[in-house]
Amino acid sequence: MELTGAEILVRFLKDEGVRHVFGYPGGAVLHIYDALYKQDKVEHILVRHEQGATHAADGYARATGKPGVALVTSGPGATNAVTGIATAYMDSVPMVVITGQVPTNLIGNDAFQEVDSVGITRPCVKHNFLVKRVEDLAITLKRAFYIATTGRPGPVVVDVPKDVTAAKTNYVYPRKVEIRSYKPVTKGHIGQIKRAVKLMLSAERPMIYTGGGVVLGGGSKLLTEMTRLLGFPITNTLMGLGAYPGTDKQFLGMLGMHGTYEANMAMHHCDVLIAIGARFDDRVTGNIEKFCSKAKIIHVDIDPSSISKNVRVDIPIVGTVEQVLQDMLRILKEKKREPNKAALKSWWKQIEEWRRTECLKYEPSDEVIKPQYVLESLYKVTRGNAYVTSDVGQHQMWAAQFYKFSKPYRWINSGGLGTMGFGLPAAMGAQIAHPRSTVACVTGEGSIQMCIQELATCLQYGLPIKIITLNNRFLGMVRQWQEFFYEGRYAMSYMESLPDFVKLAESYGHVGMRIEDPADVTPALKEAMGMKKRLVFMDFVTDQTENVYPMIPAGAGLNEMILV
Amino acid sequence: MENEAGALSRVAGLFSARGYNIESLTVAPTEDPSMSRMTLVTRGSEEIIEQITKQLNKLIDVIKLQDLTEGTHIEREMLLIKVRAMNSGREEVMRLTDIFRGSIIDVTEQSFTIEITGASEKLDAFIEALDKDLIIETVRSGVTGIARGEKSLRV
Repeated sequence: MELTGAEILVRFLKDEGVRHVFGYPGGAVLHIYDALYKQDKVEHILVRHEQGATHAADGYARATGKPGVALVTSGPGATNAVTGIATAYMDSVPMVVITGQVPTNLIGNDAFQEVDSVGITRPCVKHNFLVKRVEDLAITLKRAFYIATTGRPGPVVVDVPKDVTAAKTNYVYPRKVEIRSYKPVTKGHIGQIKRAVKLMLSAERPMIYTGGGVVLGGGSKLLTEMTRLLGFPITNTLMGLGAYPGTDKQFLGMLGMHGTYEANMAMHHCDVLIAIGARFDDRVTGNIEKFCSKAKIIHVDIDPSSISKNVRVDIPIVGTVEQVLQDMLRILKEKKREPNKAALKSWWKQIEEWRRTECLKYEPSDEVIKPQYVLESLYKVTRGNAYVTSDVGQHQMWAAQFYKFSKPYRWINSGGLGTMGFGLPAAMGAQIAHPRSTVACVTGEGSIQMCIQELATCLQYGLPIKIITLNNRFLGMVRQWQEFFYEGRYAMSYMESLPDFVKLAESYGHVGMRIEDPADVTPALKEAMGMKKRLVFMDFVTDQTENVYPMIPAGAGLNEMILV
Repeated sequence: MENEAGALSRVAGLFSARGYNIESLTVAPTEDPSMSRMTLVTRGSEEIIEQITKQLNKLIDVIKLQDLTEGTHIEREMLLIKVRAMNSGREEVMRLTDIFRGSIIDVTEQSFTIEITGASEKLDAFIEALDKDLIIETVRSGVTGIARGEKSLRV
């Protein structure tokens, strides 16, 4: 049967198993919107800004492991989507973004709402396509989903000119796709894996360091099993939280710039480092010259270009985290050899000593709300079961430090690009994916204003997100750096002329709460969580001068932390 | 690589985004018109070359990549050069062209256009050997290369 390009696109999404599309209409995508209107299998969520569409699709993907889908129009629709695409790219999130384009005969003509979407997005996508013939549409979409979800995942943009959505051709859902230039590796080299296991078993001061790849690669269960079997200490990166139970005694907390003292010290002093699905980011390594200088390094990653990019490794293993961990576990069990128990015992003794520093301890107060206390309380009230999204800044670090994530896909934040404005739309994606779960968006009074318009989307679709704003009237992280490194010259970091967030939430049809007394923090959170059907905007007025500790100043080694 | 619109800009974009230097780049379709072959000359430490190799391999449009400098290989570049050639000077330019095994491919009363093919150093040497004031215009193709012996880059 002959279908139009627009109908093919919508039918393809249905056949590919896509249930939700986040988007915003415009001239170049009107045929597609018309096709969406005529069916009820694919639900379209109307955001209020295209940045919101890409972040929401991203949040949906991070909360489920399935690809998120966004649909935007040409020109400004596409450029507005770019921040969300770059955010997903930096954190390797599977996402397909369909951008409308002016008709093929007008491309290159400076037509109304024309922009070179393929050119603009090229540096921040895994791949992108311009579909020039309706006959290529279905197979190109299939390629886009295949590329986005396999290997190291990432966003793929498909640019579809308006005339292609009007033209007709036969449609058959392409079940399979072959791309001769793209063959992602799955299984790791077994010889390398054996060498790695041997090195792990010989370690005296081992350390497991895992990143977002374990979450994305569905390796959480296997990682937990292997870590427990070996009895080694483990740390997660900001992106990797939730891959290993945050409350487990073998877990040393997050590492890096605002990681725990014990995690960073254990990294610095270990003799064998087992890095899995992590990329040795500068916020993790600190000064690269001083990073894990005593350690032999094993690195498991799906992306060969992540290996030995920043730090030379001794045993590289390219493969999916899941496959490699399976092989490692099998070899460990077959061998029946045990790690060096005596050495491990004294290593743990040392770690316990570092732990006693209690680096996350803060001065409680009954006069002013401590931001850390809000996060601790949120953790208790939600029993650690919420999906937590965050924006970027101090609140993000406190959420990472104080909310003990114990399951993968629960912690959703822009780690790589550090995009303010990510939190609320990402929470929408998570809430749509998990309508019955609690979704909390931890944010600041700066970040929340960057995508505040999405409050309208939340009302339209009845998304009962709980917004936890840590309002210290400052761009907190900027203020912290200005205090430490610019002698307290707080240039442009004070947030003047803030709106009344309670009234603002109410004007969007939601519930607003302003909490100023520390005694009210927990009761207010309980009350908010009890409102199962309402979005609650909680404006916590917090201590203005609180800083995130510990902190490794830029350029210092992991053992050179500022504690308080 | 795939002979697709945009494939070249993916490679060029990768080099500029990551701060790598392209010394020269040549590209043209192969006997299979769905594929192009690109020869790219760059410089860097072993680590940087390793990263460049990995990053290029990651591009979806790159089908296969070979570092020609890992084995023995042949490099060739073509130079087209227009020189002022008048009176007695014509003899001198012709002689020099012969020595470098070039050929004069276009002649006017006042000028010659010469084609020379060879390793880049040979082209440099030819330009060096000419009187600077005689040179009107030069154009070089950039280096293209192939491995020696049985070794080949095929899909």
